[in-house]
Amino acid sequence: MSEKKSTRVAYGEALVKLGQTNEKVVVLDADLAAATMTNGFAKAYPDRFIDCGIAEADMVDIAAGMSTMGLIPFCSTFAVFAGRCYDQIRNGVCYPHFNVKFGFSHAGVTLGEDGGSHQAVEDLALMRVLPGMTVLVPSDANETYKAVEAAAALNGPVYIRTARLPSIILDEQPFVIGKGNVLKDGTDAVIFTCGMMVEQCLEVVKMLAEKGIDCALVNMHSLKPFDEELVRFYAAKTGKVFSVEEHSIIGGLGDAVASAIAGHGCTCFKKIGIMDRFGQSGKPADLLAEYGLDAAHIAAQVLETLGK
Amino acid sequence: MDIQMLQSTCRQVRRDIITMVAKAGAGHPGGSLSCTEALVALYFDVMKGIDPKDDKNPNRDRFVLSKGHAAPALYGTLCERGYFGREEFDHFRQLHGILQGHPDVKKCPGVDASTGSLGQGISIAVGMALGAKKTGNPAHVYTIIGDGESDEGLVWEASMAAAHYKLDNLTVILDYNGLQIDGSNDQVMSLGNIRAKAEAFGYDVIEVADGNDMQQVLDALHAPACPGKPRYILMHTLKGKGVSYMEGQVGWHGKAPNQELAEQALKELEG
Repeated sequence: MSEKKSTRVAYGEALVKLGQTNEKVVVLDADLAAATMTNGFAKAYPDRFIDCGIAEADMVDIAAGMSTMGLIPFCSTFAVFAGRCYDQIRNGVCYPHFNVKFGFSHAGVTLGEDGGSHQAVEDLALMRVLPGMTVLVPSDANETYKAVEAAAALNGPVYIRTARLPSIILDEQPFVIGKGNVLKDGTDAVIFTCGMMVEQCLEVVKMLAEKGIDCALVNMHSLKPFDEELVRFYAAKTGKVFSVEEHSIIGGLGDAVASAIAGHGCTCFKKIGIMDRFGQSGKPADLLAEYGLDAAHIAAQVLETLGK
Repeated sequence: MDIQMLQSTCRQVRRDIITMVAKAGAGHPGGSLSCTEALVALYFDVMKGIDPKDDKNPNRDRFVLSKGHAAPALYGTLCERGYFGREEFDHFRQLHGILQGHPDVKKCPGVDASTGSLGQGISIAVGMALGAKKTGNPAHVYTIIGDGESDEGLVWEASMAAAHYKLDNLTVILDYNGLQIDGSNDQVMSLGNIRAKAEAFGYDVIEVADGNDMQQVLDALHAPACPGKPRYILMHTLKGKGVSYMEGQVGWHGKAPNQELAEQALKELEG
């Protein structure tokens, strides 16, 4: 667990590996290959790398067209531009259910210094609501490798959210689209989380344990389809449910959990995330603290809700 | 196909347009009637590998109706070509119909891209042409764009990419009828010197003085490709062509004729 690697770096590595075994894979970028880490693929397979220039909308529809010729395009840019090319993702790809993948990086406030104009806090909401879209949020390098493989194996649009900041590498877990992974069992409360917040929440459950609270932790790397059965199981088991995400509390993981438990009798539920505000410049650690998303702030919110 | 047959097919497609739009009580007749010759020429004479019985043949030429609201012209053409029966016109724009208000790849046989959100079709066509190059597929990709549609920035992003990737297997056809929803192009958003713009973006441009004259349309579509350059056919057309009260009238962009006017139109389109 000592080595750290960002999920965007893992995304780039995964594409290179995928390119070796699947010649249908093509990678598109919009002049960000050195940041989205698709430059490794570009170097290994120059004929299968398409730079679309700084034109994200065009990139998405070019990918749509290429998919109709039997290719499997992976579009890569910053997650914040999901909004910029949203009509193309909606009408060009999802409406016809074309086989296009979106590996969008630098999501959330942990992007850091570039500031609020570049920090996607809404991309998961935008993607979840599209019919037929699969939404994956890997938390570490191993999950990212598996997410890319799973996306290529699935016929239809897939969104993979990755991050800039290096994160810890967990022990290998299964990666099944539509299934969550229990990282820690527990009886007093449960935290559902994904992506960058898994690392923080592993600390949170330790902090809670020190206070005598046995909190379960579940990694919901597949935001859509969503493992509602697992959510309801732990909601029933613990009766106290928390969601933690590096995303607006509107439309993301928290709302997926809310939809799963609504009408099933659980009365204690709190969404922890970005409170309907934009990001800003700063160091990632300072930003996590400012937005209440480092382990200490998350633990404090959980304890307050539990009345401890 | 012989030119009289093509012209006769155009008249039938125009009757189809009027029939389905009148029956649905909604649709876009004006811009359908202006691009009818181009569509008929493509599906009955120009495009290779077109076979309604084998509409997934991977090496077939592709067509994308980027100005997706001209769906009635595409549906009429596909029907005459044998992709589906005329009875489908009764369900145009109706619940569960295969002929949606705008072309839907999941519902309508012969349609290769779902369009209607303007600017996207040409970009998808660029992706098809690039995909063909990458896979060694001999397909040529054709797309019809609108003049109003050319207000969209995506048209120009796609054009830049088409030239950059030297897509000489792509033909963009501009249905230049001069009118869009709110008025003439010049009133709404001037296109300026559209030929110079297309040339500056790297297209090999052919201008067709009368895009509703079948011979001129055929000559342009059969012109040999210019190696390394995408083709742009600037087709001057008449909005509402063939129906006297619709010709050159901005009001018939997205309006259906009543029964009396529909009958008059069908009479004018006989022969």
